[in-house]
Amino acid sequence: MTPEITSSAPTRGRLEAVLRSGRFAITAELNPPDSANPDDVFEAARPLGEVADAINATDASGANCHMSSLGISALLVRAGYGPVLQISCRDRNRIAVQGDVLGAAALGVRNVLCLTGDDVSAGDQPGAKPVFDFDSVSLVRTLRTMRDEGMFLSGRKISDPPKLFIGAAENPCVEPLEWRPERLKKKIEAGADFIQTNLIFDMDRFRTFMARVREMGLHERAFILAGIGPLTSARVARWMRSRVPGIHIPDALVERLDAASDPAALGQRLCIEAIQEVREIEGVSGVHIMAYRREHLVSEIILQSGVLDRRRILKG
Amino acid sequence: MYRLRLFASRHSRSFERIYTLLEGAMVAMDPVFRRVGYRRVEAVLTPIERLVKSLLFDCRMCGQCVLSSTGMSCPMNCPKGLRNGPCGGVRPGGFCEVKPQMRCVWVEAWSGATRMRHGEQISIVLPPVDHSLKGSSAWLRAAREKAEVRRAAKEAQRTTLARAFDDAREHEPSSAPLAPEPETSVEASRERRT
Repeated sequence: MTPEITSSAPTRGRLEAVLRSGRFAITAELNPPDSANPDDVFEAARPLGEVADAINATDASGANCHMSSLGISALLVRAGYGPVLQISCRDRNRIAVQGDVLGAAALGVRNVLCLTGDDVSAGDQPGAKPVFDFDSVSLVRTLRTMRDEGMFLSGRKISDPPKLFIGAAENPCVEPLEWRPERLKKKIEAGADFIQTNLIFDMDRFRTFMARVREMGLHERAFILAGIGPLTSARVARWMRSRVPGIHIPDALVERLDAASDPAALGQRLCIEAIQEVREIEGVSGVHIMAYRREHLVSEIILQSGVLDRRRILKG
Repeated sequence: MYRLRLFASRHSRSFERIYTLLEGAMVAMDPVFRRVGYRRVEAVLTPIERLVKSLLFDCRMCGQCVLSSTGMSCPMNCPKGLRNGPCGGVRPGGFCEVKPQMRCVWVEAWSGATRMRHGEQISIVLPPVDHSLKGSSAWLRAAREKAEVRRAAKEAQRTTLARAFDDAREHEPSSAPLAPEPETSVEASRERRT
């Protein structure tokens, strides 16, 4: 089923076009460089751009400092990719965020993903001042106001409003599980056009979540992309579970990785299977691949999963 | 106090009822408050509100109380100050990402909302906090706004009537008066008593 979403944007980015045409969309997360060299961005984008309809530029995820999402997005536009500009509410207040969005749109960025953001305590500079002027939901509503009403939150007019495809995140596999679909609904009501979920390692929880989402008809109001990524070892899985906020990995999966002779190969196989599984779930419009430090494997994973089989790759 | 805060959201229904009564009383007091001056009333009321709410809800006096839409769990206690639901970092068992020993404010909020009569309000998208209102009385602001809306509605009623009977207004203005009644009039004092 194709969600009916009206947008004032006359021109569409590739991600929006793919989703609206009913094809299974692929997005992938780029590992941001700790450098000021644009080539590092182009290098990191190459293995993702082969298969992805859009590349996510993270905004200091995990509260660790890297090249800014706006900088990366601008470079990706220059190289011909469609970036998803991630905006976290942790580091910038409403004045900075609204200005940045205008700047990004002027640079050719179409897709924006609104995130609350991990707390500063999770990152490499825990002494930083957390901002959280917006939350992800009020940020979504603000961007929709800028796009559709052509106004800042202050009511001041924007002479040329930004043409945005507005995204939000959801984390279907962590507490409070029963309220996650309700929170998703709130984000859609605030104005989200598409949703990228956090990493899913527990397919049962995700299926339960999606069943409720379908009951509420939310899959017809926004495009949902399931977050998938490969695990490389039991040690990494345990580390992620305890150190990265919002990651739920079932014990059974960690034990399987523990027992495997080649855990990285197993992790990759499970990742491919997960992509195939979510593709069969009604209401899922695509996958969002987060292969931290395994970015070079993304195109292989996507090609092996077969989700592109019925699709023409527009950009090699 | 953390324990009282949890108690409050677990008895959200009772607190909802208490607040409805309180608000009704304050709206009824509007003519008195207006005569005394809302600023003066606020000077007296704010410390009381601060005391009661900080005891019960760990209130931070943001000045824009939304407890009725958050299951009586104050969102200002969320380390990220989220006003529209939990973040994606909630720990197993419903504990906070940032303060692991604390229950997630929004897990409490949602369960509090299920016990309330108007719990569905939790699905309303709330705007970001206006930091310029910090420290002011949210109770008084809400009551004043309600009273003002009521006054405006009454005013609209009167002008509509006057316009509907425009002949009467022209020849016998007292039959359909348009000018607002002064505060001290008999009519206004009767209004105060009801």
